[in-house]
Amino acid sequence: MYAALWRALPGPWVVRLLILLVLAAAVLYACVTWVFPWVDTLVNTQEVTVEQ
Amino acid sequence: MNRARRGRTRISVVGVLGELLITAGVFVLLFLGWQLWFNDIVAGGEQSERAHTLTEEWLADVAPVEPAADWGEPVVAPEPTETATTFATLYVPRFGADYAKPIAQGIGTRTVLNPIGVGHYPGTQMPGEVGNFAIAAHRTTWGAPFAEIASLQLGDRIYVATADGIYTYVYRGSEYVLPTGVGVIDPVPQLEGVAPSDRLITLTSCNPRYSAAERIVAYGVLESWQPLGAEPPAEIAHLLPAVGGA
Repeated sequence: MYAALWRALPGPWVVRLLILLVLAAAVLYACVTWVFPWVDTLVNTQEVTVEQ
Repeated sequence: MNRARRGRTRISVVGVLGELLITAGVFVLLFLGWQLWFNDIVAGGEQSERAHTLTEEWLADVAPVEPAADWGEPVVAPEPTETATTFATLYVPRFGADYAKPIAQGIGTRTVLNPIGVGHYPGTQMPGEVGNFAIAAHRTTWGAPFAEIASLQLGDRIYVATADGIYTYVYRGSEYVLPTGVGVIDPVPQLEGVAPSDRLITLTSCNPRYSAAERIVAYGVLESWQPLGAEPPAEIAHLLPAVGGA
């Protein structure tokens, strides 16, 4: 899978590496901004309020 | 890369499955890093920042007040009607010398506790009011405003500042209850229907850490009150901007 991605990228290895780093940064940003806060609401293990 | 080598690196089902599982593992670790470390720090910083901005706004509008022996009855603001309205700030030196958190109306996890920090139980009393000013906050993650709630000791001060003044509560004791123990936020805790005479503060959070099994509850009683324009208590003076917005 990742080998196929590597082959699909254009240019010499330095350019491919840069593209991969940019892609990884974009994925990480999306995770921190949208995915992780959403997942946190699903796996929320703590409740801090008293209620009936 | 030659043709023969390309032929060897054909995609296989097991290979893709393995890479997907490794990727999933990496994402779980990334999430834990985000939840327990990165977001905790980011949210904590935002909370302190918001507390500072709030007091700055309030203090810009007040004139200095001469010292007095007795300020009389505490001023009690009306309860905000809108959820997530930030109306007070919290200072607990036992939780850290620079501890300052905003308090907002409501106790919704997504509306108040995650994005703002400390939430006020709707329907409970306001700071300085006779009865019970009940608030809740995370003990872990999202800045964890009540991370050190179990370390409070008798005599510790709990300061609440609003646009009207600073309310000084003294920690009196703690209690552990089940999640259904709503008696702790009654005007007289655990005595439903009894008319209150004391001015209390109640802090609730989760117990044990990272769990929803029980609640830890900390009580304080109002010791003194002062208008916002007066000299702030020495313990928290460094956390408040100067009077008049200087």
